[in-house]
Amino acid sequence: MDNELKNHYDVIIIGGGITGAGTARDCAMRGLSVLLVERYDFTNGATGRNHGLLHSGARYAVTDQESASECIKENMTLRKIARHCVDETDGLFITLPEDDLNYQATFVEACHKAGIRADIIDPEEAKILEPAVNPTLTGAVRVPDASIDPFRLTIANVVDARLHGAQMLTYHEVTSLIINQGRVEGVKLRDNHTGEEKEAHASLVINAAGIWGTLIAKMAGVTVNMFPAKGALLIFGHRVNNMVINRCRKPANADILVPDDTVCVIGTTSDRVPIEECDHMPVTDEEVEVLISEGEKLAPSLATTRILRAYAGVRPLVASDNDPSGRSISRGIVCLDHETRDGLAGFITITGGKMMTYRMMAEVATDLACKKLNIDKHCETATTPLPGSEEKKSEETLKTYSFAQKAADGRHGTYTKEIKEDDIVDDALVCECEEVSVGEVKYAVDNLHVHNLLNLRRRTRVGMGTCQGELCSCRAANLLCQSESADKEAADLARFVDERWKGMKPVAWGDTLNEAQLTATIYEDLLGLDKVASKEGGME
Amino acid sequence: MATKTQLESKSVFNFEQCLKCSICTVYCPVVAVNPTYPGPKQAGPDGERYRLKGDIFFDENLKKCLNCKRCEVACPSNVNVGDIIQAARIQYSTHKPGLRDRILASTDFVGTMANRFAPIVNMTLAWGLTKSVMHGTLGVDKHRTFPAYSSKRFETWFKREAQAKQAQYSKQVSYFHGCYVNYNFPKLGQDFVKIMNAVGYGVQLLEKERCCGVAKIANGLYDQARKHANINTSSIRKAVKEEGRPVLTTSSTCTFTLRDEYSHLLGVDNTDVRDSITLATRFLYQLIEKGEIKLAFRPDYKRRIAYHSACHMERMGWIIYSTELLKMIPGIDFVMLESMCCGIAGTYGFKKENYPTSQKIGAPLFKQIKEAGVDCVATDCETCKWQIEMSTGVPVENPISIIADALDVEKTIALNS
Repeated sequence: MDNELKNHYDVIIIGGGITGAGTARDCAMRGLSVLLVERYDFTNGATGRNHGLLHSGARYAVTDQESASECIKENMTLRKIARHCVDETDGLFITLPEDDLNYQATFVEACHKAGIRADIIDPEEAKILEPAVNPTLTGAVRVPDASIDPFRLTIANVVDARLHGAQMLTYHEVTSLIINQGRVEGVKLRDNHTGEEKEAHASLVINAAGIWGTLIAKMAGVTVNMFPAKGALLIFGHRVNNMVINRCRKPANADILVPDDTVCVIGTTSDRVPIEECDHMPVTDEEVEVLISEGEKLAPSLATTRILRAYAGVRPLVASDNDPSGRSISRGIVCLDHETRDGLAGFITITGGKMMTYRMMAEVATDLACKKLNIDKHCETATTPLPGSEEKKSEETLKTYSFAQKAADGRHGTYTKEIKEDDIVDDALVCECEEVSVGEVKYAVDNLHVHNLLNLRRRTRVGMGTCQGELCSCRAANLLCQSESADKEAADLARFVDERWKGMKPVAWGDTLNEAQLTATIYEDLLGLDKVASKEGGME
Repeated sequence: MATKTQLESKSVFNFEQCLKCSICTVYCPVVAVNPTYPGPKQAGPDGERYRLKGDIFFDENLKKCLNCKRCEVACPSNVNVGDIIQAARIQYSTHKPGLRDRILASTDFVGTMANRFAPIVNMTLAWGLTKSVMHGTLGVDKHRTFPAYSSKRFETWFKREAQAKQAQYSKQVSYFHGCYVNYNFPKLGQDFVKIMNAVGYGVQLLEKERCCGVAKIANGLYDQARKHANINTSSIRKAVKEEGRPVLTTSSTCTFTLRDEYSHLLGVDNTDVRDSITLATRFLYQLIEKGEIKLAFRPDYKRRIAYHSACHMERMGWIIYSTELLKMIPGIDFVMLESMCCGIAGTYGFKKENYPTSQKIGAPLFKQIKEAGVDCVATDCETCKWQIEMSTGVPVENPISIIADALDVEKTIALNS
């Protein structure tokens, strides 16, 4: 991939989350020359640390009609343009004996008002549709919720942006903004792998750094006040449910259970945290307790289901007192034109919103960028399928696939055909829990910005399964040795195994603890990996 | 509080207890010879997570599993790997059993028909022409030798010759003879009755006995298997609960099916009677151990015998009972063969497509047997017997037949009266 910087870009986008990737795609599709810079890896921040829920908008219908309408619109769009990232599960909003059943009518009415299909169904029917649901439920509403994979979605946007000429630099951290006479003209960068300092110039810089956008704004001398809201989640070992299960009440802690690929995820909590803590957010015992006890109410079998790991993300909510005009900013999308707001030209901040409304955020930001650059091109991202989602495969075609190909199809969609599988080596499995073949790893390394095991995990699912890297980490590291030095890869392996353990630690009991002990025996006692010092730090 | 529930409970989902150590795959006899089989870990706990995601992830390659359960014996985490694979086949397979599979599965029906014309059937089945016709049209491998059918069923013999004498014994057991004893080899049943009577036990048949159903499970005839399981379990319940008789068997696979497969795979609850179903060798050994019975053997009995550990014996953990019992015979020069699958796995090895795999799996065992220089091989499973006899030429006998042969009946009766 091209690391050589051009002399000048139309836009530089800061942040390799879904917002940045989506904005890069939109800008590139409208013919802009684009550079995206990300200090670590794509999806490293909030994008990779949420529920993976394709909201129908029902959750917000009662409290925030605007968000609800945005959600249902984007929900329907993403089903078409990102079908390989979406699992069309549908969702239930259940009323439990302790909840007020009268809320259901208010809820359904609000959904309908926002344009969200919401059908009241008999609790008995709900139990048939979703056998894992709490059988004591007194009411159920079926809504078009779904599950979406944020890693795949981001990478599909990255790939498409690249196909339209955009340049992407991961592990490039913005150290300062180049400001000249009231105008942002570029960024100073540090290559986080080599330490090398660089400069990149552009007509516009778009700040899409999520919660860290507040720090980028600070570099520009402007203030964007954010509410960093920490949300903790738990991943269970398999799909207990096949439909999203929510509580039919005002949004609260741990009231959404989402089936994501081979696992299911309960979340979230919500707590204010200082910005300094956003890079390191351990999940506490109290959070685990809340997640389990509330989760059990949605699906009682969670009480005895193995928990793979815990993680936390941070919502980039924008403070309502932020806007100098005094107009209150909702929980929705926030696009700040710093030229009109702060008198600083060449600088846009796109923030707020939700993972699943990223495309709309990108459209708003790109519209503004095009206006500033005097480019008259319309947004086409809502109608052009993302790479991988060009066509829907028939069940007959899928049936002819090998097991690993079927699994890969869920990750790469139509690009699965690029994965070599015809010789005995490429066909072999690296990750057995998640069915990742050698061919798929090679494909990811060659095409999807993979520098280390962590990148590889996010591009495939290596190390995300039941064993949390116990068997696949060393196999994958061996494959990465073909492009990286063995010393560097040994350190990478040590870091990866350590990172897996960090997520397991808050829930380390029972089989998860046994698994961790077996992993420790293999990597420490057998391979002596604890002797390999981990050199790179950071939040990764 | 909630965390406490989590801390105290093992996952109710047995497949989640898999720690991915892969020991099961090391012990899988199929993986070793057939690379197209994904192996017990992949087919079992790993595949299960994907099957929960969607039916599309069911892999018909699962039918290559022998159901030998050696994966379960190997598993250090008590995962019922074999059950997970078989249960997945029951739940997801869209493959309909063909004529051949139905014939192979219907050991009882075919047995009933064959008994009537036993000499003709046996002769015809032995013809090369018949074998190649069956190979070509049905898909039953031409190399296979079918077990000979008896012209008189065990049940018929028992009712005519033995039943009346059984009432004289104060202690009674019920006997689940199985299809093989009934249709092919009544002598094993007769040997069993001979031993039991000699140690002072009367033998009764069950009120109703059907084929245990193991071949039906293997060939996808689950509803029929469940029907049989219900009939057998209620007959067993009657014997155990009302008559106070334990139910004895002389076939390891029938025993395993009656005890474990019924509840694990067919959903037929037998927890109240499971412990009362036992193998004859185990029953005898435990009585000897407790000092309740004694066996006396003929001083002139001299044989070199090798014991083969049938897979389901290994799964039940009962090999020790048969081997220790055999070792009590003073004239036996005992050889313990290394425990490995013989490759037949019931009807599996009879199928044309499985024959090469079947023989490859058994090859190391056959070599060991041929080199052991023994008079006969002892094993508790009848299909292992067919496979070993066909593949080595060495005769195979059930431990019960060997004991009956070596038994000094008069002396034993005297010791136990």
